[in-house]
Amino acid sequence: MTSMRDWMIWPDNIVLSVLVLVLIAMVGLYAARAPMHGMIRAATYALATALRLAARWLFAAAAAMKERNKAVLLAQGRREVGQRIEREFERVGILVTRDLQGYPVLQRKLLEAITRIEEDYKKCGEVPPPPPDWVEAVAAVAQIKTGGGEVVQKILDEIRQSVEKIHDKAIGEYRRAYEERHDILEGALPFWRSIEKTLKLVDKRMSDLADNAAAVDVQMKKYQKIAAKTDEAESILSNSAFTQFNIAVVVLTIALGGAFVNFKLIALPMSEMVGAGDYITASLRTSEVAALVIILVEASMGLFLMEALRITHLFPRISNLSERARRRMIWISLTLLVILAGVEAALALMRDMLIADKQALLQSLAAAPAAAMSDGWVGRIPTAGQMVLGFILPFALAFVAIPLESFIHSGRNIGGSMLADLVRMLAFALRVLGNLTRHLGRLLLHFYDLLVVLPLMVEHLVKSLRGGGAKVSTRRLDSTGELKS
Amino acid sequence: MNRRALWALLLTLGLAVAAAGCADPRNHTHAVYVLVDTSGTYAREAGKAQLIINYLLGTLQPGDSLAVARVQSRSFTEKDIIAKAMFDQRPSQANAQKRAFRDKTDAFLRTVQGSAYTDITGAMIQGAEFLNETGAGKKTILIFSDMQEELDKSTIRNFPISLKSIRVIAVNVTKLGTDNIDPRRYLGRLEAWQKRVEGAGASEWKVINDLERLDAIFATS
Repeated sequence: MTSMRDWMIWPDNIVLSVLVLVLIAMVGLYAARAPMHGMIRAATYALATALRLAARWLFAAAAAMKERNKAVLLAQGRREVGQRIEREFERVGILVTRDLQGYPVLQRKLLEAITRIEEDYKKCGEVPPPPPDWVEAVAAVAQIKTGGGEVVQKILDEIRQSVEKIHDKAIGEYRRAYEERHDILEGALPFWRSIEKTLKLVDKRMSDLADNAAAVDVQMKKYQKIAAKTDEAESILSNSAFTQFNIAVVVLTIALGGAFVNFKLIALPMSEMVGAGDYITASLRTSEVAALVIILVEASMGLFLMEALRITHLFPRISNLSERARRRMIWISLTLLVILAGVEAALALMRDMLIADKQALLQSLAAAPAAAMSDGWVGRIPTAGQMVLGFILPFALAFVAIPLESFIHSGRNIGGSMLADLVRMLAFALRVLGNLTRHLGRLLLHFYDLLVVLPLMVEHLVKSLRGGGAKVSTRRLDSTGELKS
Repeated sequence: MNRRALWALLLTLGLAVAAAGCADPRNHTHAVYVLVDTSGTYAREAGKAQLIINYLLGTLQPGDSLAVARVQSRSFTEKDIIAKAMFDQRPSQANAQKRAFRDKTDAFLRTVQGSAYTDITGAMIQGAEFLNETGAGKKTILIFSDMQEELDKSTIRNFPISLKSIRVIAVNVTKLGTDNIDPRRYLGRLEAWQKRVEGAGASEWKVINDLERLDAIFATS
């Protein structure tokens, strides 16, 4: 407060002192008005321009990123769909080879069956010989009048008996002939069935082929869309990448859980090998790191195995190896994996023994009676379980390579997309900041003029008097902060 | 090898490299020197010392060191060390060492003989020497005593001692008959020891009378 009083012209009259000081300051500010306006305008203009330039550059960078992401996404999609088409063609090839290989046999079978049926049909077509032309003779005989003669009557009776005999014989022949034809038709029935079965098989194979061809068509359409770089293809692929990323994250999390269990199994017994007193950091023992390294080496071996089996494609050099070298690599990585799994099983057993030893020591130190341990097979279940886990987990970890590849591929797209969005957001923020700076400059100019409002009014009055008072012009600040009449 | 593969490889081998090249240079081992007062009537308390030793044996890790020494008329000598061990880095070996250590101290404490005088200072100097030789990162002297120092006329201990970076913990500090008459004697005795120990550069001074709370031995304040 004392310092405030030092500034007072008349310390006893503060109001007057402040008023005079304000007037002096106002005059001073009015005198410095033009350079101050210039300075504010220049500073805000420079800042706003820099911010807008940065925003523009970031927008351009985001667009370039988006283009790059799209190119990567489409390239990945093209590769994946290409591989799928390749697989479909392989499948179609196998189907065609298998079916067409058996087609001559099938054809021969069909032809034989058809020939046999034709023959049978022809046989069925051979009608039995017609009855002799004695029907008219019989009719003529029937018209003979007996005239009451016994001889004639006898002759007619004989004729009738002989005609009936012949009739019975003819009927018998007809029946035999039809029975034979029925037998032939019955014999042809299996061939009809065989033809039906064969035709059904052909139909099934054809429909399989058609299904595969349809699948190839679908993939080809997808491939064409990707090749045409359509937005639809990009949208589908980015959705697919997001789904793949999520699935990969879930599976990798599960795998991490497995790795943690694996770590717990071998961390303690590793201290028997590398010592329990060495530390990497204040809380991280060398034995723990060694256990971690073993797990990571197992994961690496699994990765190499999957690469060599051409299940994953993270290392093009491995994929491009000759068939012989690739097979060698499969065997080497598999052997190492088996050895490491064996080591882990042994370490799991050692862990159990160490814990039991430590427990026995603590019980003896506490002078407490040792808890009854089951010596039977029940007591050995945890040990066996640990050993089995120790052996199985390295192989289970080997399959991490598959979600890892998916994670890396989809992660590139997701990360790239997120980065592009982030850059765009940053650009937008800078753009807004640039505009705010420009408006702040105008606000500052108005505020400055507000501080020197009295001298400005005087100036205004003087100018209007000089101008004859004819016209009182209004003054306003333009968009650049310049006073305009 | 493309960039993705390189990242995968780096992820896999990152910790292996860290393990090879970034070992923590600090010493994380713990060395404990236990002084057991065998003078006068306190010799009867020696049985309780086994509890503390057992607790230490159960708590100390492979690579740590432990020594048990008795406090008698003149204790600035290695002859008073009853048992000492630097536990092996391998847990199985360390457990075997701990069993042997327990047997050795158990045998001694069962047949302990009382001494005429109590040379706590001399025993502490001897303990500091042992602890400094171990090179452990954390050093502790545990004094199982009533903290009543009694020296014969020819024994000289009234000089400054060095207990730099050593934690000193007095355990089971029993009250003497005179302390019951005037508790200020007991409190004054502890205060004098605290002053002397801290003056000697000890990193911590602590008194633990409740043997159920031995976990406080390793809890740094």
